[in-house]
Amino acid sequence: MRSAWRWLLVITLSASGSQANANDWNMPVGVTDVSADIFGLHMTIFWICVVIGLVVFGAMFYSLFRYRHSKGAKAANFHEHTSVEVLWTAIPVLILVGMAVPATATLKNMYDSSDAELDVMITGQQWRWRYEYLGEDVAFTSNMSTPRTQVSGAETRGEHYLLEVDEPLVLPINRKVRFLMTSDDVIHSWWVPDLAVKQDTIPGFINENWVKINEPGIYRGQCTELCGINHGFMPVVVHAMEEDEFDGWLAERKEAAAEEAMGVDREWAMEKLVARGQEIYQSICSSCHQAEGQGSPPAFPALANNEQLISDVDWHLNKVINGVSGAAMPAFRSTLNPVEIAAVVTYTRNAWGNDTGDVVQPSEVAELIAQ
Amino acid sequence: MSPKLPPQPHLQHSSTAVSDGQSQSHAAPPKGILRWLLTTNHKEIGSLYLIFSLTMFFVGGIFALVVRAELFQPGLQLVEPEFFNQMTTMHGLIMVFAAVMPAFTGLANWMIPLQIGAPDMALPRLNNFSFWLLPVAFTLLLSTLFMPGGGPNFGWTFYAPLSTNYAPPSTSFFILALHMAGISSILGAINIIATILNMRAPGMRLMDMPLFVWTWLITAFLLIAVMPVLAAVITMMLMDINFGTSFFNAAGGGDPVLFQHLFWTFGHPEVYIMILPAFGIVSAIIPTFARKPLFGYASMVYATAAIAFLSFLVWAHHMFVVGMPLVAELFFMYTTMLIAVPTGVKVFNWVTTLFRGSISFESPMLFALAFVVLFTIGGFSGLMLAIAPADFQYHDTYFVVAHFHYVLVPGAIFAIMAGVYYWLPKWTGHYPNERLAQWHFWFSIIGVNLTFFPMHFAGLAGMPRRIPDYALQFADFNLLSSIGAFFFGASQLLFVLGIILCVRGGKKAPAKAWEGAEDLEWTVPCPAPLHTFETPPVFHRTSH
Repeated sequence: MRSAWRWLLVITLSASGSQANANDWNMPVGVTDVSADIFGLHMTIFWICVVIGLVVFGAMFYSLFRYRHSKGAKAANFHEHTSVEVLWTAIPVLILVGMAVPATATLKNMYDSSDAELDVMITGQQWRWRYEYLGEDVAFTSNMSTPRTQVSGAETRGEHYLLEVDEPLVLPINRKVRFLMTSDDVIHSWWVPDLAVKQDTIPGFINENWVKINEPGIYRGQCTELCGINHGFMPVVVHAMEEDEFDGWLAERKEAAAEEAMGVDREWAMEKLVARGQEIYQSICSSCHQAEGQGSPPAFPALANNEQLISDVDWHLNKVINGVSGAAMPAFRSTLNPVEIAAVVTYTRNAWGNDTGDVVQPSEVAELIAQ
Repeated sequence: MSPKLPPQPHLQHSSTAVSDGQSQSHAAPPKGILRWLLTTNHKEIGSLYLIFSLTMFFVGGIFALVVRAELFQPGLQLVEPEFFNQMTTMHGLIMVFAAVMPAFTGLANWMIPLQIGAPDMALPRLNNFSFWLLPVAFTLLLSTLFMPGGGPNFGWTFYAPLSTNYAPPSTSFFILALHMAGISSILGAINIIATILNMRAPGMRLMDMPLFVWTWLITAFLLIAVMPVLAAVITMMLMDINFGTSFFNAAGGGDPVLFQHLFWTFGHPEVYIMILPAFGIVSAIIPTFARKPLFGYASMVYATAAIAFLSFLVWAHHMFVVGMPLVAELFFMYTTMLIAVPTGVKVFNWVTTLFRGSISFESPMLFALAFVVLFTIGGFSGLMLAIAPADFQYHDTYFVVAHFHYVLVPGAIFAIMAGVYYWLPKWTGHYPNERLAQWHFWFSIIGVNLTFFPMHFAGLAGMPRRIPDYALQFADFNLLSSIGAFFFGASQLLFVLGIILCVRGGKKAPAKAWEGAEDLEWTVPCPAPLHTFETPPVFHRTSH
């Protein structure tokens, strides 16, 4: 059976020119065994439908043409035929059974996420993805990097418009990677067509899926479950690397993370915090509170010249660490580290005319989180 | 109960020999708006349903055009994402609950009593109430667009927690509106069942009923079964939003996936609620214009019942990617594939009815034939979607949008239009302008395919649904879809024009307006008098 799909696949590919072209209007074959199997199923059921369609519509249009009233056709009067009716009930059943067998095999394989060599936690948040390499102490968020000026049309749209991020998920090829998927707010769905992985991320649940990529490359997808205003601006980018390249990358990220963890106890200079805070603000906060802190009230309050924010640093820290219940503001206590929270709060308190001069040190934040 | 008004002369000739006091008060309705507010006549209520549905078809259509205009090219040009989401949501809600469903109920009101030889619906006052709930419900729903925070913006499937903890404040009004629409549907369904089971002409057995009556009988049972589930799920939402419960809130121990199970327990049978009566209409029209009895009447009835039964066992095929256990995925994949069997039987029966007929192509027939072809195409993509592994790629993309628009627009809505052109002579006494109707048909066919066919490709190439802006590789497909949508929308003005002209005048129709028409409605004059079959007709069993 499996060889039959591959065969069909080859025919389809040669009929459609090349793999790259097929991508523009057909499902991609993708870069995993599962995605190729799914493509095979897709084309098989497609051709079955085409053949049935040709037979049924052929009979229909023949009748319409042949038995026209205007050509003096005289109507017959038959209105049932048991054996024909039994036949056209039985044949579709057989076709469906034939289709269900390979579909079942593929599905079983897709559900087998055992023996994974790497676990990645994927968390959906309005409107970004957070990736955590479990057991490796490496975690980061991935935000759309297409500037808003391209969306509005003020700037020419780039090649990967809406499908580009600041930090892609980096994965090794040839290793089985298990995904553990959840959400911090509403339901999202993580999809990369070339990997044939689409899985809802659901608050309170952890879903599993897995991937074993055959070819290095950059693979792009999007959130596919309506998740609010910026649902259309929540791309997924996966950068698949050769294994040793990936190991190097991971070691580097571990080192950087360890360094930042040590920075919690250190006294930070204001400029350092502001610079780091600005990066974080632009990648995480600005999608709601806007680039210049002007917000878009009433849902997303302005931060620039916000009296309460300026006058009360504890209130400000509390909102960032614990979120606002019943509103869109999430709690960042577990998704940003103390250095990042201190940086972004310091930046916000000293940007766009909020000239408080306050400096919040990571150690203070760490203490607040520990409480 | 009747208002104090001067006595009126009989509006229409009554075929009842002995006219008692009660029927006189029925035949002397008040004038003006009160006549329509208080009417208990199935024909008048049927007309009200149909006019309401047509109005809402345009309201929902305008929402769709806002969506298509924004998607005409990449980038955000016309509306903000927030309003875009309200438009996609409202388009879906209005089309499902205010356009398609009331249209079928309107046709049922008009035609079921005429097709079974009954003088009216079994519960005329309930009938009035069922209708008048609808304008109230949908005025309320539309008013949410003007409320602070805007209207519903979470899609017509309103998945929790986006529709509960994260929803705009107007959501409670949305819930109330949906409750009213649901009550209207349940009451309408009870009325239809009571009418069909109790008021058939003497001698008409169940297996003698026209298929439109059969499909509606089964649809009515579906409505009674699933509308309460919808009511339950929106009540749970209401509690989560206003009373601090956590049915769907994971933080409080609730289960967001439970929402989807409940919603689709309603939602999948709902899909068949919107297509079974269409099967009935097409099964009336094709034999009429093929001048040949419907092939496989009994198997049509059994297939309808089988589809209705299976519709309760397939709901989770909408949820293949929520992370269900493997066994559940397999179960729902197999049951969903099974639906292709009875649906196939129906298509084969229609085609075989055409075989060796004597076929003419008046406008009702054109729409019915287009239904058979294009609904089947929607059925094919449905079969593809049933293959669970492949659905991991199709799910929530434009491939799904293409699929359900094929079964709903050239499916349900073309069948409704076919029914309208077919029965307009019975309602107005005039034939619709055939040339205008044919223009309407050909424009609609072009528009519908131009709009929805490219969506298959956009979806397969990776475009998710419900996004206000898209990557550049989807631009060509979206351009075509948007042009098609405006073309289709504009050509529906021909439909309205045709109906208005037909009401005002046109070629006079005899009682049997179509040469090949056989059912009981063609034994009463065109236009059908306000009161018909006050004396039950004698039912003569024909071929089946």
